[in-house]
Amino acid sequence: MNAVQAAGAASFLGRFEGLRERLPGDREIRDRAAAAFRAGGFPTVRDEAWKYTSLRPVTEASFYEPLLSVADGGDLLAELPVLDGPRLVFLDGRFRPQLSVLPENIEVGTFAETAVFGRLARPDRDPLVALNTMLTEDGAVIGVPDGVDAGLLQLVSIATDVPGRAVAFHPRHCIRLGRGARLMLLEMSGGGGTYLHNPVTEAYVADGAVLVHVRLQDESRTAYHLSTLYAEVARGGTYDSFNLNLGARVARTEVHARLKGERSATHLNGAQMLGGTQHGDFTTIVSHDAPSCASRQTVKNVLSGRARGVFQGKIEVARAAQKTDGYQMNQALLLSPEAEIDSKPQLEIYADDVKCSHGATVGELDAEQLFYLRSRGIPEAEARSILVRAFLTEALDAIGDDTVRASLDRAVDAWWGKQAA
Amino acid sequence: MPVETETLETVQSLTQSGYKWGFETDIEMDLAPKGLNEGIIRLISERKGEPAWLLEWRLKAFAAWQTMREPHWSKAHYPPIDYQDLHYYAAPKRKPGPKSLDEVDPELLKVYEKLGIPLKERAILAGVEGADGSFPNPVAVDAVFDSVSVATTFRKTLEKAGVIFCPISEAVHEVPELVQKYLGSVVPASDNFFAALNSAVFTDGSFVYIPKGVRCPMELSTYFRINARNTGQFERTLIIADDASHVSYLEGCTAPQRDENQLHAAVVELVALDDAQIKYSTVQNWYPGDAEGRGGIYNFVTKRGACRGKRSKISWTQVETGSAITWKYPSCVLQGDDSVGEFYSVAVTNNRQQADTGTKMIHIGRNTSSTIVSKGISAGHSDNTYRGLVRVLPRASGARNFTQCDSLLIGDQCGAHTVPYIESRNATAKVEHEATTSKIADDQLFYCRQRGLSQEDAVGLLVNGFCKDVLKELPMEFAVEAQKLLAVSLEGSVG
Repeated sequence: MNAVQAAGAASFLGRFEGLRERLPGDREIRDRAAAAFRAGGFPTVRDEAWKYTSLRPVTEASFYEPLLSVADGGDLLAELPVLDGPRLVFLDGRFRPQLSVLPENIEVGTFAETAVFGRLARPDRDPLVALNTMLTEDGAVIGVPDGVDAGLLQLVSIATDVPGRAVAFHPRHCIRLGRGARLMLLEMSGGGGTYLHNPVTEAYVADGAVLVHVRLQDESRTAYHLSTLYAEVARGGTYDSFNLNLGARVARTEVHARLKGERSATHLNGAQMLGGTQHGDFTTIVSHDAPSCASRQTVKNVLSGRARGVFQGKIEVARAAQKTDGYQMNQALLLSPEAEIDSKPQLEIYADDVKCSHGATVGELDAEQLFYLRSRGIPEAEARSILVRAFLTEALDAIGDDTVRASLDRAVDAWWGKQAA
Repeated sequence: MPVETETLETVQSLTQSGYKWGFETDIEMDLAPKGLNEGIIRLISERKGEPAWLLEWRLKAFAAWQTMREPHWSKAHYPPIDYQDLHYYAAPKRKPGPKSLDEVDPELLKVYEKLGIPLKERAILAGVEGADGSFPNPVAVDAVFDSVSVATTFRKTLEKAGVIFCPISEAVHEVPELVQKYLGSVVPASDNFFAALNSAVFTDGSFVYIPKGVRCPMELSTYFRINARNTGQFERTLIIADDASHVSYLEGCTAPQRDENQLHAAVVELVALDDAQIKYSTVQNWYPGDAEGRGGIYNFVTKRGACRGKRSKISWTQVETGSAITWKYPSCVLQGDDSVGEFYSVAVTNNRQQADTGTKMIHIGRNTSSTIVSKGISAGHSDNTYRGLVRVLPRASGARNFTQCDSLLIGDQCGAHTVPYIESRNATAKVEHEATTSKIADDQLFYCRQRGLSQEDAVGLLVNGFCKDVLKELPMEFAVEAQKLLAVSLEGSVG
């Protein structure tokens, strides 16, 4: 840990000392997390897991505690492609009942009320989770009872822009699906100005349950988004996620999916579209712990300007996980000469009766395809747009729900609008 | 199919034997005291009568090494190495040239016999005076017997072509300007912990220079052997292919059976200038340790080639079946425009062996291309990791890479891992990577068994098929040997 880094970590540790007595939940867990964070600090590019993502801008910036908000956040909410129907809205990391629409058949609470830490998060191993565990104050607690199909629920995070006072917030979400339950969770995050959004989510999927988790990260282009999600899937259950990363100056979306029960499955699909000097990191770890499980991943990166995209995808297969079927495809399209992609697919396999594969490709738009469209009178910009959209479609098609898909399509359109401008 | 028959025969002949090449030769050795310090480095340099610049270079490397820490990022696990408990210099005692084979140390001849070196060649290797006539077999051998090259054959034929093929300790005296220019230019003395150690204490190795426009008239070959207890091997190989030249170099390895782990930290540097081509093939079969993983060689090697010239090409082919731990990444730095790098690898691990191997392809020049084909086979309680890097720098417009790494698992106690790094900073570059992991297909096994092959023979056959893409890149004589090695290495892993 260098001096600058120490300063960054120290201000968070200082805040913890100040708030320690007032924070909800098990104090011992928070103290342990603080000890881990104090010992390790922020990760650096010398840490293998952070080889391609530098948190230097985060450690160098100063962040403040969110104020009990001045703004009502309605205007920021309108900027996200929010759908009709139930939604839980968090402003600067705190639950906002005024902006929310509560669902009927789902048990909904907040971390501020329940203050229960889950058992999936690993603050001892993941530094940002330690930071979250140390300072978290609120978050969504969602429970779907056995056998209930809860339909759609939206989880929205917005951050207010208070110039000169960048805030940091660390929401802690927990989602529990009972046996055979179903939920479509559409998560969105956005905001204005500079801030640090450092959410940790734990998802428990019981036997035969299906959690479809679609996430749109469209944070302010000067914000930092560092999210960690842990999912645990029991026998016959499915955790099916799609992550669309469009925003933030530096973003890291880290997903740990553990297939714990036989015949469980997970899909960790995603797309990143980055421009300017954005840095986007999509890191996934799929752990096959039980026999006959399947994992599928299709991840697409579209990079323009001087953007840098990172994909790290690890598939771990334990000794017991015979008959594992793992597949991962990761593709990147570089639209400008200065864009960069770093990709690290990884297989770690200890069982022999498995079928695992990964593929990765990197390239630019196909000149022949471009020529084909141009020769039919389509202007260059439009031709490029058509080809990029086609490239993304394979990943987006993984979203089965039409209204959710349409919502993401709107976000993609808006992204193109911003690129053109 | 004679080759297949041979494979099967080998399997049968070896079912009861231990490590085939596990013999140890007892010849008089000239040993330096154990330990590593400036004094030892000065001693090595003095024994070899080295010029001052080389001693200085060694000392600089040693100073760098002292500030470095042993890396531990690979998946390999091993007890700590005590660098002060090794001999850094061992040379067979030199006698004046024997007049005939009868006068040669019979122990030495036995080694050659076990290695299968033809009689006439043995005479040359043993330094029998007047034995270096012309030979029908176009393979030049530079036998490295422990640290000192005992003799070099075929020098005359090569000399006629202008090729220099000699121990590097000789090259230091004969072509000092070439050695000084290129030594450490691909793998700098402080490149990594083991390369720095090697730079400080290397005792010998091979030096090859192919002049402009020359196609080396024969394949060059070195038998590396590790002998004498507790001598770390620190080979240094430097191959320079001048403009429009071509060379194929074979490196084959076997080692005596022993109980103590042995450290081997070689450095191989290749330099290809404009339009030059270097093909470097390795069959590595050092003692892997017994079934419980005791003994066996630690093979921590730095191999790197620089395609300095335009349209140059470096091709690495390796078959790794031995060593307790293999830790190496033969790499290509593609500096020249339109240069080509290739890496073909088969790594087999059985029992408690650990292999962490792969390559780095660094695309710097325009229109550079690279191909990586890696086949990993794990059996027993072993771990086999492919770790590779493909990096495209901003200037490398039109760069192209294709990577294929496949892993095969035999048995449910082993591990197969794939860790590729892909970094592209040029939009016009095209990089493709594919990896698969699976076990031997039941239907293929059933097909073979149904036609009367035993389980073990069937596995040998299927494994050879799995590795075909790599084995076909090997020179003929190596290809046959490699097939046998695969079968031997997997012995006892099925059933």
